[in-house]
Amino acid sequence: MASEGTTAKGAITRKPRSLLWDSVNRLQKNYLAVGSLVFLALLVIVALAAPFISSGDYANQSLKHNYVVRSWMLGFMPETASPPTIVTEDGSRIKPEGDIVGYANVVTGSDYPLGGDDLGRDLWTRTVYGARISLIIALVASTVSLVVGTIYGLFSGYLGGMTDNIMMRFVDFLYGFPFLIVVILSQVYFKALSNRTSGEGFGQMIIDLNNAMGGVLFMFIAIGLVNWLGLARITRGQVLALRETEYVHAAKAVGAKTGRIVFRHILPNIIGTLIIVETLAIPGYIFTEAFLSFIGLGVNAPTPSWGIMIADAAATIRSYPHILLPPSIALTLTALTLQFILSKNGIEQPTYSPIIKPVPFQQIA
Amino acid sequence: MAKEKEKDVLLHVENLKMYFPITKGIIFQKHVGDVKAADDLTFDIYRGETLGLVGESGCGKSTTGRAILQLYTPTAGKVIFRDADGDRDLAQTSGETLRRLRRQIQMIFQDPYASLNPRMTVGSIVSEPLEVHNIDNSAKRLKRVRELLNIVGLNPYFINRYPHEFSGGQRQRIGIARALALNPDFIVCDEPISALDVSIQAQVINLLEDLQDKFGLTYLFIAHDLSVVRHISDRIAVMYLGKIVELTESDELYANPLHPYTEALLSAVPIPDPAIEKKRQRIILEGDVPSPANPPQGCNFSTRCPKFIEGKCDTKDPAFQEVQPGHWVACYLYEGVHK
Amino acid sequence: MFKFIVRRILGFIPVILSVAAITFFASKAIPGGPFDFAGDRSLPEEVVKNLEAKYHLDWPGWKQFTSYMIGDELTIFRTKHEIDDVNVFIEGDKAIVNGNVMLLDNKTLCKESGYIVYGGFTIFDLDTEACGTSQGVIRGDLGPSFRYRARTVNDIINETLPLSAQLGLWSILVGLIIGIPAGIVAALHQNTIWDYLATFVAVMGVSIPSMVLGPVLIVIFANNLGWFPVAQWGAKPPYFENMFLTPGFDWINYFSHAILPVLTLGTGISAVFARLTRASMLQIIREDFIRTARAKGLHEQVVIWRHALRNSLIPVVTILGPLAASLVTGTLIVEQIFGLNGLGKHFVQSISNRDYALVLGTTLLFAVLLVISNLFVDIMYAWLDPRIRLE
Ligand SMILES: Nc1ncnc2c1ncn2[C@@H]1O[C@H](COP(=O)(O)OP(=O)(O)OP(=O)(O)O)[C@@H](O)[C@H]1O
Ligand SMILES: [Mg+2]
Repeated sequence: MASEGTTAKGAITRKPRSLLWDSVNRLQKNYLAVGSLVFLALLVIVALAAPFISSGDYANQSLKHNYVVRSWMLGFMPETASPPTIVTEDGSRIKPEGDIVGYANVVTGSDYPLGGDDLGRDLWTRTVYGARISLIIALVASTVSLVVGTIYGLFSGYLGGMTDNIMMRFVDFLYGFPFLIVVILSQVYFKALSNRTSGEGFGQMIIDLNNAMGGVLFMFIAIGLVNWLGLARITRGQVLALRETEYVHAAKAVGAKTGRIVFRHILPNIIGTLIIVETLAIPGYIFTEAFLSFIGLGVNAPTPSWGIMIADAAATIRSYPHILLPPSIALTLTALTLQFILSKNGIEQPTYSPIIKPVPFQQIA
Repeated sequence: MAKEKEKDVLLHVENLKMYFPITKGIIFQKHVGDVKAADDLTFDIYRGETLGLVGESGCGKSTTGRAILQLYTPTAGKVIFRDADGDRDLAQTSGETLRRLRRQIQMIFQDPYASLNPRMTVGSIVSEPLEVHNIDNSAKRLKRVRELLNIVGLNPYFINRYPHEFSGGQRQRIGIARALALNPDFIVCDEPISALDVSIQAQVINLLEDLQDKFGLTYLFIAHDLSVVRHISDRIAVMYLGKIVELTESDELYANPLHPYTEALLSAVPIPDPAIEKKRQRIILEGDVPSPANPPQGCNFSTRCPKFIEGKCDTKDPAFQEVQPGHWVACYLYEGVHK
Repeated sequence: MFKFIVRRILGFIPVILSVAAITFFASKAIPGGPFDFAGDRSLPEEVVKNLEAKYHLDWPGWKQFTSYMIGDELTIFRTKHEIDDVNVFIEGDKAIVNGNVMLLDNKTLCKESGYIVYGGFTIFDLDTEACGTSQGVIRGDLGPSFRYRARTVNDIINETLPLSAQLGLWSILVGLIIGIPAGIVAALHQNTIWDYLATFVAVMGVSIPSMVLGPVLIVIFANNLGWFPVAQWGAKPPYFENMFLTPGFDWINYFSHAILPVLTLGTGISAVFARLTRASMLQIIREDFIRTARAKGLHEQVVIWRHALRNSLIPVVTILGPLAASLVTGTLIVEQIFGLNGLGKHFVQSISNRDYALVLGTTLLFAVLLVISNLFVDIMYAWLDPRIRLE
């Protein structure tokens, strides 16, 4: 159609400016945010390419390699660490062979670029696969909570009246419920379910799927279950505001049906806000996953998650601090870069808003 | 300005009430009162005419327009729409029937900035009415949209632009194009020019008049001051605090205002004849407009009326009566005066 | 004001009751029972039945719940002395306790012949004495633990809450002392190096989870520098009354143990407080009443301290309520990393263990603290913002 406007002057032919372009422009001026974006992009690539850039076997235990370090790590290995021994197949303990400097067992070669953990698993491989878990959680949990919260809020807000009242009181009620207890309850419940191996029907299918995914599926549900509430409230508030705008009245006046009004007129005008709000919650999801895995209610062993890795490492921190480093750095950098992007991209965080549950204390817990 | 009109009623409004409930409480919402935005309105709109509806800000003009269009569900009353299929009470229709009827009744909104969805292109805004009523295929719709944009004086080249790229006057034209899309019989024009610059106001008014001639439209033209409506209206209804206080031919209203409120309003309109203008005396009303949530006892205007009759005006509502042929007024000064 | 508080407290009752009921029935809905774990897994069915009967777990759910809330004749036992060194083996249907063989399939034998300890857990214990019946939550009795069978839920909370509460309160204090001034400085010197520095550090602070910070602090300050001991804080819980009432309390020793966990937790809180304070301070100093105060010629210090600060603390106060409740009742991760015997772990373990009474006890404790701290927050609001009136 644009081709017809030959009479138009240059000023008219300019393309409508897109919001995306604007924000990309703004972002460019902020090196911290750009650096963060680059890091996140790398993280995504690493997570996608995990089988190609690591040994690929995150569960492989090698008794010869428990607690191994690279020689460059020796500087910060504690003097007090007891000398590692290799336990051979028949149970006898022998002095380790190979390059031994100080007390730690040093590996050479291309395997174990970041050393090995207590069971002799490759830390690099586990950290790289751990990125998958964190990113999947960030993506799926936020999508689940965005979809559920938005749909709930749209209905509640547009239907109004008694329905709205009941739906929102329900949200208030859940809101008052201790977040942590709900997540723990549902995770324990799911864990108990996933021990069930024989069964049939849809339920068993989900259980099997979850087990195949290393327990990630149920974590989506548990985390998503409690996080849609804030979004539902915000959505509803926005719908209430937009429901009385003139363009919604105008759409009604020309005979648009409810579905069209909600999805063509209201949703497009609030989805931007909703996505921003949801994005702000992503570091919280990553932390929640790490937290659950840390306390043993997250992914199933031997699926690597940064939280589980940190929990394992924390137990032997005094002797083998090197196990702690890869997952800690990965988790912290991911959270940090997300924060830089979120707080610098014009989204000032976190001013007080009575409808948004303050995220921070999830993060601290 | 008055054109020849056969007195053929298109829309009959009877005892129309639109109350907005005021509620308290969170779970069990207690009804503690009402904002009586439109209170017991009765009037006719004739086919092909322009009925002006005038009143101060907040007196319920938009509410009346919206209640007629069933954008609000009226609290009570009838809105009878008459066309080739006979009489239908819009207040009693809903769902699909109402949706069909909407094709014949359209609205131009007060605020050209708020009435266009900022996320939709001009093309999709104007073609939306066609789309929701499944008129034509998309190619034909596109053609129609271009035609409509031409009619309202916009370059169809702008079809893929977003509303924020237009000026107020241009936006109002987009709104008009949308209202015209379905070839309606009746359009409620809710202060279509008050948000516009004075220089553009006349253009839009002229456009509306041209369209009326071209398509035989009927308008309910809402405005908040009398100087605007005189030019375009055949008849004028004056509204005060949710009620129509006077309704008559527009020349008659200017020549012979009956209600004290109309007199006060007219006294504020400059007259283009210097001799008369010099003699014009402004009637300054005292006090504030009472809240529509808590209207005064008796006549709504009684608290500010210069011709207030004690013991009468503050007891009961005056009836809305035809005191001269075609001249209706709600005031005790004309009680017992019959046509 | 008084009426407001009373009304609010009355309003809490249904909230707390429903939280209790939902937690109880939700945890009952999880498959499994308190007696099919670790130490108890090999217990014969009879014994489990017997145990269930003892704890009234064979009752219908609602009856269990009401009896828990208002008390019943369920006997509570207390240990007379330590029993963990008892030597027990379970072999098939026999239990060998200190060399004495007991048949486990014989109910009477089980009941009468002594206690069985397996995997560290007492199943039956003759060396306990009945100290009364369960009084019900309404009388402050949270019932017996099904898992730590020689102890009651009250015992467990008494043992672990003081340490958790100390950790939480000190951390909040650190958060307030560091976070609020940092936020104010950043806001008052917006876009200066101080602002950037504070903002940067705050972003770091919220981004480093305590599960990372804790071990890092241990490695640096305990391992490498050797400044502070790790763990053992509260091995013998220094209760509040002890701390402040004991003359010559060894504060130095106390803080050398407390400092790392408190810093671990306090850093994140400071960062959050700093960001909140900065954001709201920036907003407030642009508002009309502050401009008016300035225009009146008030001294800048007065403007900031008297007018702006009070208002800008509102967001901090808002999250302080839930924050305090959740910190005081234990922060699992920090407690685990520093080997502290706090309440935090019981929130998780009680559910994992199906220790229903302990689940309810911890949840109730949390819920009560939460509503109380929210009430406190509301009162603080009214004090900070005179526009808010308590009704
Ligand atoms: N959705 C609503 N809910 C409650 N009260 C309303 C609603 N819409 C309008 N009102 C109230 O009804 C009264 C009339 O409002 P209305 O918009 O009809 O006035 P108006 O005459 O169009 O004024 P203006 O010239 O400013 O457009 C006002 O007091 C307004 O506050
Ligand atoms: Mg209006």
